[in-house]
Amino acid sequence: MTRLNRFLCIFGLAASLSLAVNASAINLTGAGATFPYPIYAKWADTYKTQTGINLNYQSIGSGGGIKQIIAKTVDFGASDMPLKPEELEKNGLMQFPAVMGGVVPVINVTGIAAGQLKLDGKVLADIFLGKITKWNDPALMALNVGTKLPNETITVVHRSDGSGTTFIFTNYLSKVSPEWKSAVGEGTAVSWKAGTGGKGNEGVASYVQRIKNSIGYVEYAYALQNKMTYAQLKNHDGQFVKPDDTSFKAAAANADWEKAPGFYELLTNEPGKESWPITGATFILMHKTQDKPETAKEVLKFFDWAYGSGGKMAEALDYVPMPEKVQQLVRAAWKAQIKDNKGKTFWK
Amino acid sequence: MPTFLREVHMKRHNLLDILFRNITRLSAFAVLVLLVAIMVSLIIGSLPSIKAFGFRFLASAEWNPVTDEFGALVPIVGTLVTSAIALLIAIPVSFGIALFLTELSPRWLRRPLGIAIELLAGIPSIIYGMWGLFVFAPLFADHVQPWLIEKLGPLPMLGPLFQGIPMGIGVFTAGIILAIMVIPFIASVMRDVFEVVPTLLKESAYGLGATTWEVMWHVVLPYTKIGVAGGIMLGLGRALGETMAVTFVIGNAHELSASLLMPGNSISSALANEFNEAVGKLYTSALVELGLILFLITFIVLSLARYMLYMLTKREGSTT
Repeated sequence: MTRLNRFLCIFGLAASLSLAVNASAINLTGAGATFPYPIYAKWADTYKTQTGINLNYQSIGSGGGIKQIIAKTVDFGASDMPLKPEELEKNGLMQFPAVMGGVVPVINVTGIAAGQLKLDGKVLADIFLGKITKWNDPALMALNVGTKLPNETITVVHRSDGSGTTFIFTNYLSKVSPEWKSAVGEGTAVSWKAGTGGKGNEGVASYVQRIKNSIGYVEYAYALQNKMTYAQLKNHDGQFVKPDDTSFKAAAANADWEKAPGFYELLTNEPGKESWPITGATFILMHKTQDKPETAKEVLKFFDWAYGSGGKMAEALDYVPMPEKVQQLVRAAWKAQIKDNKGKTFWK
Repeated sequence: MPTFLREVHMKRHNLLDILFRNITRLSAFAVLVLLVAIMVSLIIGSLPSIKAFGFRFLASAEWNPVTDEFGALVPIVGTLVTSAIALLIAIPVSFGIALFLTELSPRWLRRPLGIAIELLAGIPSIIYGMWGLFVFAPLFADHVQPWLIEKLGPLPMLGPLFQGIPMGIGVFTAGIILAIMVIPFIASVMRDVFEVVPTLLKESAYGLGATTWEVMWHVVLPYTKIGVAGGIMLGLGRALGETMAVTFVIGNAHELSASLLMPGNSISSALANEFNEAVGKLYTSALVELGLILFLITFIVLSLARYMLYMLTKREGSTT
């Protein structure tokens, strides 16, 4: 009995040792966008308990993620702003959307409850341009008949750091306001015409909560977790919608991914009765030619698994999983575009 | 001890001595090499921006990542103004603290107070930043800023400095937080140098009927001038380069505003905010050039202080 015990013990030890060796052999690294960090971390954690494969994701920002993947210091990069097809081509990269989210205007006005204030794209752009400076401006009153708006100065809060959130937000404003497009434009960081800057989503959230009569924009998850007063927006079809996963999914469903080369698709101002107008996906970047196909294959396996069984986790963290149709497109792109250094595809 | 043994002994000593001297020399030169290396890499990094904007970079308030137009005026002004506010508040307060600790405080209170000040110096800057944002800024916005705007805003000359809306964050708040951060440095240096003033000098002055204030102003301060200036420089150095605490409360807006209550930006917080996500060569290069400018500002300010001190001692030498 004791001998058997000892045998089992040694066997178990050896097995666990070899497992440890195996696990440490596969170590995937990624870096980039901060917005999807919570869900990537959650996925990585669950994936590790299921497969023993360690995925280390550093949320250094989209810009950093792009630099790192170009320099090949990581296995995959992540960016909230999709790269244009020609930029992908130049650097030999391919990209695919991983998960979606929405950007929400949040306000702090005494007496106005969440979802009570109604805004449209033009008014939102004018506020952020510093053209509408009072809460009881006629343009705001016209959209909010029956709501009492105070005669107070609006304080605009924007991001002080470069951010994919800012990119999605300014992309939307550029689509709905020609004036915004010519005066400010779109980008991860822009030249703001009004207001004060907070660092990160949490910075903007805390500024808006602390400064009276302010308006800012944050990722939906932050608005929800901080119980912030969000506003309704008038969408492409002229309907006022509230930000929630139904309206984000509606926007995603109306996007035409098939016709977007290199998955360069922005989900802002999408048509559809229920579509939330400031929706965006976050992207993963990988090299088309892989020197280490084994590692690349593991990265793809991870995202394949995340598409398949990570949806619930994403929803629990207030993200929106990619629709099944888009997932199929992405898998097809993996098969067609990612090759080892001998030019052979390895994703089946 | 036989002579030959002594010689061997001395030889060994000599060898150790040479070794020791060279090690210390190496360490000292390593600092110089590091300084030059940092300078060179900053210059190389900022070359694209220097080529693109030239001296316009220093005078332009434009900061537009979309069109790649950059100017450093707003962060430079923000850095200088916040540091100036910090020193304006910190120097008198620190002087008071040091005076109390060395001259007026009861003996049993000196140690705990002194330790408290040193502990204050050890608090990480992010704590000051968070405290500034979550505790100080709301109080400031609700109770102090409305009063400042109402009472000082309409005044001529001074008025434009205190206009706007009470947000709690802004250049003035950043200056106050910086003041709180540099007070422990300045105060503890001042206390240390005040303590080394010979008792004989002070007691002679007291014996002549001088008040405590007169002793401090006419005996202690002139005697410790260099040390006090050193303490202030230490504080100024920290204020110029402080990043996290300022980033939290300055408002991070690339906007030039006359009012101290409005948001602004400082060099170090612009770097902390934007470096991570800076895409594009010119953007990154402009940020590196900001770093270079901060380096130069610190260098110029510290050299000016040195020069002032030098002139002061020289003038003193000629009058007596």
